[in-house]
Amino acid sequence: MIPGPFSYHRPATVADAVKLLSTLGDEARPLAGGHSLVPMMKLRLATPEHLVDLHGVAGLKGIRRDGGKVVIGAMTTQHELLASDEIAKSIPILQETALLIADPQVRYRGTIGGNIANGDPGNDMPALMMTLGATYRLEGPQGGREVAAADFYQGAYFTAIEPGELVTAISIAVPPAGHGHAYEKLKRKVGDYATAAAAVILTMSGGKVATCTVGLTNLSETPLLADAAAKAVIGTSLDPATLKKAAAAAEAIMVPAADARGPVEYRKHVGGIMVMRALQRAAAKAA
Amino acid sequence: MNDMTPTREQRTAALEGLGCKRKRVEDIRFTQGKGNYVDDVKLPGMLHGDFVRSPHAHARVKSIDDSEALKVPGVLAVITAETLKTVNLAWMPTLAGDVQMVLADGKVLFQNQEVAFVVATDRYAADDGINKVKVEYEPLPPLIDPFKAMDADAPVLREDLAGKTTGAHGPRKHHNHIFEWTVGDKELTDAAFKKAEVTIKEMISYHRTHPSPLETCQCVCSFDKIKGELTIWGTFQAPHVIRTVVALIAKLPEQKIHVISPDIGGGFGNKVGAYPGYICAAVASIVTGKPVKWVEDRIENLTATSFARDYHMTTEIAATKQGKVTGLRVHVLADHGAFDACADPSKWPAGFFNIVTGSYDFPTAHLAVDGIYTNKAPGGVAYRCSFRVTEAAYCIERAMDILAQKLGMDPAELRLKNFIRPEQFPYHSALGWEYDSGDYGTAMRKAMETVKYAELRKEQEALRAAFKRGETREIMGIGVSFFTEIVGAGPSKNCDILGIAMFDSCEIRMHPTGAGIARMGTKSQGQGHETTWAQIIATEIGIPADNIMVEEGNTDTAPYGLGTYGSRSTPVAGAAIAMAARKIKAKAQMIAAYKLEVHEDDLEWDIDGFRVKGLPEKFMSMKDICWAAYNSVPPGMEPGLEAVSYYDPPNMTYPFGAYICVMTIDVDTGVYKVRRFYALDDCGTRINPMIIEGQVHGGLTEAFAIAMGQEIRYDAEGNVVTGSFMDFFMPTAVETPHWETDFTVTPSPHHPIGAKGVGESPNVGGVPAFSNAVNDAFSFLGSTHIQMPHDFWRNWQAAKNLGVFEAA
Repeated sequence: MIPGPFSYHRPATVADAVKLLSTLGDEARPLAGGHSLVPMMKLRLATPEHLVDLHGVAGLKGIRRDGGKVVIGAMTTQHELLASDEIAKSIPILQETALLIADPQVRYRGTIGGNIANGDPGNDMPALMMTLGATYRLEGPQGGREVAAADFYQGAYFTAIEPGELVTAISIAVPPAGHGHAYEKLKRKVGDYATAAAAVILTMSGGKVATCTVGLTNLSETPLLADAAAKAVIGTSLDPATLKKAAAAAEAIMVPAADARGPVEYRKHVGGIMVMRALQRAAAKAA
Repeated sequence: MNDMTPTREQRTAALEGLGCKRKRVEDIRFTQGKGNYVDDVKLPGMLHGDFVRSPHAHARVKSIDDSEALKVPGVLAVITAETLKTVNLAWMPTLAGDVQMVLADGKVLFQNQEVAFVVATDRYAADDGINKVKVEYEPLPPLIDPFKAMDADAPVLREDLAGKTTGAHGPRKHHNHIFEWTVGDKELTDAAFKKAEVTIKEMISYHRTHPSPLETCQCVCSFDKIKGELTIWGTFQAPHVIRTVVALIAKLPEQKIHVISPDIGGGFGNKVGAYPGYICAAVASIVTGKPVKWVEDRIENLTATSFARDYHMTTEIAATKQGKVTGLRVHVLADHGAFDACADPSKWPAGFFNIVTGSYDFPTAHLAVDGIYTNKAPGGVAYRCSFRVTEAAYCIERAMDILAQKLGMDPAELRLKNFIRPEQFPYHSALGWEYDSGDYGTAMRKAMETVKYAELRKEQEALRAAFKRGETREIMGIGVSFFTEIVGAGPSKNCDILGIAMFDSCEIRMHPTGAGIARMGTKSQGQGHETTWAQIIATEIGIPADNIMVEEGNTDTAPYGLGTYGSRSTPVAGAAIAMAARKIKAKAQMIAAYKLEVHEDDLEWDIDGFRVKGLPEKFMSMKDICWAAYNSVPPGMEPGLEAVSYYDPPNMTYPFGAYICVMTIDVDTGVYKVRRFYALDDCGTRINPMIIEGQVHGGLTEAFAIAMGQEIRYDAEGNVVTGSFMDFFMPTAVETPHWETDFTVTPSPHHPIGAKGVGESPNVGGVPAFSNAVNDAFSFLGSTHIQMPHDFWRNWQAAKNLGVFEAA
């Protein structure tokens, strides 16, 4: 549990950070909250020669409203998300989810950018970002670009980030007023990754589901959008048969690994239960 | 003036003696980060050592190439078995009479076994060096399943034992067999089963887990070449034993070995044994002439030093139709891993597992334990329990529930029916123990009344009916556990470690101003000895506990003792403390008689001094006697006021308790909720109720962890799959249930102050309470026994196996 040697860099601007990452190449890793990278380094599963610490980079923090969107700087911590009135008002599911990430100490340090950019299937924010239809702002040596969360995740720890690129901000269209939302996470204890988790954003109209999106955490190598499950509930009042149908549709796309959280069959089963519970709770919250 | 004279109550309270909820004096430094732990020891020129470990569970070591490692800046030496052979230390004796490789000698026998020790100027360089040591392995088939260990074609693990048909504990039946230990009357027991009206039989496993103290095992060894002296600071629960072991195996004169246990961050049995890290750090210090520090990390701690449990107990009870037990038969398959390194008293290969008749009056019983080798880490330590007592308590408490279920009886009622009755004490059990005292029925009934047991059963019945009607997906379990522990090892007639009787000791020195220092052969790892030991002395000699400094852990200053584990400190050292204090008091009485000019027999003890009988104004306080001891003792008496006592207990002590757990389980996810946990403990005389409560909270939290998920699990290849706190269940305050504690007091008749010991009771009694709650919850669906640990997915699996999802 002792890391190998590395060089430490602390750039002051995004341009400098990008320059460092692109010139230092594969052996450089950006450092945000460090809660994934540093343990990996201690186990020597990650042995970067250069760490580019983003804590000194101006303009990577903060939460601002931009018309119909909320833009969150990548270095914004989970704690700052929880303390934000803007988030509480416009995207409350972000706070519900952030509260289920680890413990207060981790949330003081852990960032939303690190959570979404690491490509760790256990992280909670990626599936939520897909559910919310978020886009990520990437800055790289060739300039900036926007990538939809839904297009970002390619495999465990593999993302659309190109060499030298850095996620600088996350942009989320504010869900309609009166929307219902829920993030249901089953975990063994505080600080654990999800055995299974489901995010639901929906709107109701006349007692029936009008729109719905369902995301899944830690049930595959990447976060998943359960489109068929979401489609199954549109136009229904979430009766037991529909809920079961949605769960079955979600389970059909789950490919979790067997681990100490349980065998594949269990993780898929509780994945379906999380979907049902999130749908019910979101509907109860919707206006 | 009279208003100023303290009342008797005030004088008693001022002592903060027995029964006082005195605040822990050690917490002043612990809560301010001012403790002094092994890793706080930093010596000039100190080097750091760390291990190259085996990735394989079973492999031949073909070669070790350290040439690249030695090129790493800061790396000074790489020690291997070949190096250790030059000082005859490649293998070391274990406390259980086996031998253990210090570093891999030709083979590795478990994953993360120590292969080479890299010594460097700092910890980073040591780890850089580890990554450069090239070890060539030839993998061999691993033996992981204990039930396959004695198959004819099972791989040979211990080639060093080839041809040895006898081990430290008798004949060996197979190349992977360590010992067979039998107790009890087989013929009588077999006969009881033959004529039994009702029998049950179940294979009850207590899975492998780990004590995992907050502070891992560590040491600093410093060899002074000029003086020929070796000083070892280490996380030792038994520092004197370590000193003797080092003297015996390193062939150093014992007076030139100084062992110091500074503050210890939890032990729970993990820090009793001797580990390769200690030997390697000592050898490295002797070789380099510099102090060498070795500090385990968490993964090393969980995977290499001292697992606990791993007992597979085939249990049978014979009984009458009315539910009176008539016989007990238990066979244990004990998985000891690659070496038998159990830290039991030397003559007890399965510890005190023969307490397995529990709290019940079994007319006859028979027990056989087979110890076997597998490709797993060695250990088998008493994780917050007396030796193998928690396995025994789990075995009998689970089995009694299974019997109750078969008889259609309430499990609490079955227990009440079979308890050893108060008038039967001292009670001689069928498996050879003499229980000192107990009043089980009173404790059980108090527990049942407090939790409103009958109402809980009614509620459960209603909930079960609702479940069957499909109105709820929750099931409810009520877990009853009534345990009897055997602690306080131990009387010299049956307990020793490497030939040293398991007494313990205390030395008290009173200073002229009415203060004193007391030293013991025990070593607190968080138990609060600095607080409670002073309380015993305060009541015995009438000096406020605040004026008594307690010091443990330095073998140069403390009297020889066997250390702290197995809840032995209060039963053994606690008695030595009272006896030493009584010697002080006896001399004080002579001094007081001389000063008050009366005969000794004319004096009576009065809280904090001696009073002349019938002349209340003629009084001499203990404080004044201390002063007098240094200037005006009676003619012919030596000055000074100090005493030493070595206490060889006449018997063990037998704490007991009644625990009840109420739990609900969501069958769809397997998620459980502990609704209520009530723990009644009877540990005899209660020294400090607040510390007892803290001990019970801690032990119950461990019991909760063990029963509900904490395990050391291996895959089929012998890889540890629960080697970090991500997967090894260590509950936080969020998961931990609320604990309700209660007590009865049945003093030990043979202990000087009647105390029995409590630290380990909650772990021993807690595990069966949780497991019985889970099993009770599922029992109405037709199950008799579900193995621990009861984590979410296994609960779901149990529900699934019982057909809960078929109708859905």
